[in-house]
Amino acid sequence: MWLSRENIIGLAIFALLAVVPAIAAVTEIPFYLDLGRRMMILAIGALSLNLIMGYGGMISFGHAVYIGIGAYVVGICAEHELVSGFIQWPLALLVCAVVAFIFGAISLRTRGVYFIMITLALAQMTYFLGVSLDRYGGDDGLPLAEPSAFADLIDLSEKTSLYYLIFVLLLFCLWISRRLIHSRFGMVIQGARSNEERMGAIGFPTFRYKLTAFVIAGVMAGLAGVLLANHTDFVNPDMMHWTRSGDLIIMVLLGGMGNLIGPILGALVFILLEEFLSGITEYWQLIFGPFLILVVLFARGGFLGFLDKKKPTEDGDA
Amino acid sequence: MIDPTLLFEQLFNGFQLGILLFLLAAGLTLVFGIMDLMNLAHGSLYMMGAYFAATVTLATDSFLLGIIAALPATLLLGMLLEVTILRKLYDRGHLDQVLATFGMILFFNELVRLVWGPEGIEVALPDFLNQSVTVFEVPLPMYRIVIIVVGLLVAALIYLLVAKTRTGMLIRAGASNREMVGALGVDIKLVFTLVFGLGAALAALAGALAGPIFAVTIGMGEHILIQVLVVIVIGGIGSIRGAFVGAILIGVIDVLGRSFLDSLFKLFLPVNTAETAAPAVASMLIYILMAAVLFFRPQGLFPARTG
Repeated sequence: MWLSRENIIGLAIFALLAVVPAIAAVTEIPFYLDLGRRMMILAIGALSLNLIMGYGGMISFGHAVYIGIGAYVVGICAEHELVSGFIQWPLALLVCAVVAFIFGAISLRTRGVYFIMITLALAQMTYFLGVSLDRYGGDDGLPLAEPSAFADLIDLSEKTSLYYLIFVLLLFCLWISRRLIHSRFGMVIQGARSNEERMGAIGFPTFRYKLTAFVIAGVMAGLAGVLLANHTDFVNPDMMHWTRSGDLIIMVLLGGMGNLIGPILGALVFILLEEFLSGITEYWQLIFGPFLILVVLFARGGFLGFLDKKKPTEDGDA
Repeated sequence: MIDPTLLFEQLFNGFQLGILLFLLAAGLTLVFGIMDLMNLAHGSLYMMGAYFAATVTLATDSFLLGIIAALPATLLLGMLLEVTILRKLYDRGHLDQVLATFGMILFFNELVRLVWGPEGIEVALPDFLNQSVTVFEVPLPMYRIVIIVVGLLVAALIYLLVAKTRTGMLIRAGASNREMVGALGVDIKLVFTLVFGLGAALAALAGALAGPIFAVTIGMGEHILIQVLVVIVIGGIGSIRGAFVGAILIGVIDVLGRSFLDSLFKLFLPVNTAETAAPAVASMLIYILMAAVLFFRPQGLFPARTG
């Protein structure tokens, strides 16, 4: 099964992404580079959401919070002239882990729609916290004085270097996700999605497993946030807005939930659709909204499911 | 020290906000509880109701006509959505429901931007509502009193409808076992469509009433939707009683937090810190409350009987 359809699509996406800087250089359209970076960052975010949503059945409607927190830690550090990435990045991931631990511990006590709504509410709470941070720009956000510095290792203000760093980190996250879901840990998570009582009955403390997965996903999304801050040179509360979390869910579902390439394909499709539709009309969401409804009604299993024509995986709730 | 007049006034405002939240929460919690549908687009119905009302009010110069027109218009819109799209989602997972109704939000926001433009609409109150009434020597705006009276009336009507009528019996029966009620020869699909339409009309009423207080703008639905979700979660999904208690609780706490947290924090914090912390905590207050309620009672304060 090594050359499954999923793997072929994955290889194609990464091959394409690898040559985007060359294409941008040849065509002299640096915008492609920008688009590629944004797409890969969102792919990391979608990949992390897929870990808990696709494999664990935990429908988090507040996942963009961790992207926002990751970005804010970088922004706030830079504001205080602490620009070393060796400090910023681990700190950002640590803060994300702590927040994900607290939010997870609260929300995982609930299931189903309650879980969706409490993650949404906690995210909204964090969003308002960001808005009220007057010291760090409040509503308007915070420009990043300079990108994270890694001594002589890599210069992130050089946009092609940043591009390939994100490329490598996306591959790394994909590799980690793959290792995770095929591990014993991943099996427990997937088992808990299908039947939590049974997993509990055969002796797995499912709450702890789910919480661990929640924290891992939060940290991975935090990494996306760290990269996003360096990509846009800017941090604002809008990164945590609940519609951003909705976008992540859309990406996971568009690509196909519960497989590894799906979210990456979903992020690609999402970004391209956004670009394409907003090129046609200013009112592009007038098309995108109904498109989403049609996807739900007629293309279950997302793009990969549509291509495969096999039965979609059932989507359980947390 | 807290001024008792101000406290009374803010309690009143909080109660009024709670009533508005209840109008939205009642419809949403019924749809949640009975059809097991996670409907994010409820806020869009609220927005559409507000825009319908504002448009008719501006055209006819009558605030009452605006409300009267908005109710059936949104009722029809709601029933149309139910028949064409939402009905197909009842058997799906919550995730599909979230995605499809999220798509609806995007659509309606963009539609409003296209039709009414990006600027909001200001709705002026008619003179007979734009005055104040003195209660316990505190002048209160007449309009807010009207909202409270209307809201309480609606609450009583919903209670009577669900608890005392034959239709209400069918609604409750449909909630506990859809297939069984259908097998007994009741057109349960029609009942669901009507319930959804009713929820839409209540949302429109809230939107129309909110128009003169908040501005009628794009995205007005989302902000309040999340507050309403908090109300429902605190009250317990599917419970009208829970929705009422939750709505009043959230309304009062939100308003009081925004008005008095500042003074409260100054009692034990340096003035500077208090002035920064108070607005931040005030805007987070209802979410903290929700987390606390869920921590101790994951099913909400008044869990509806499950079938």
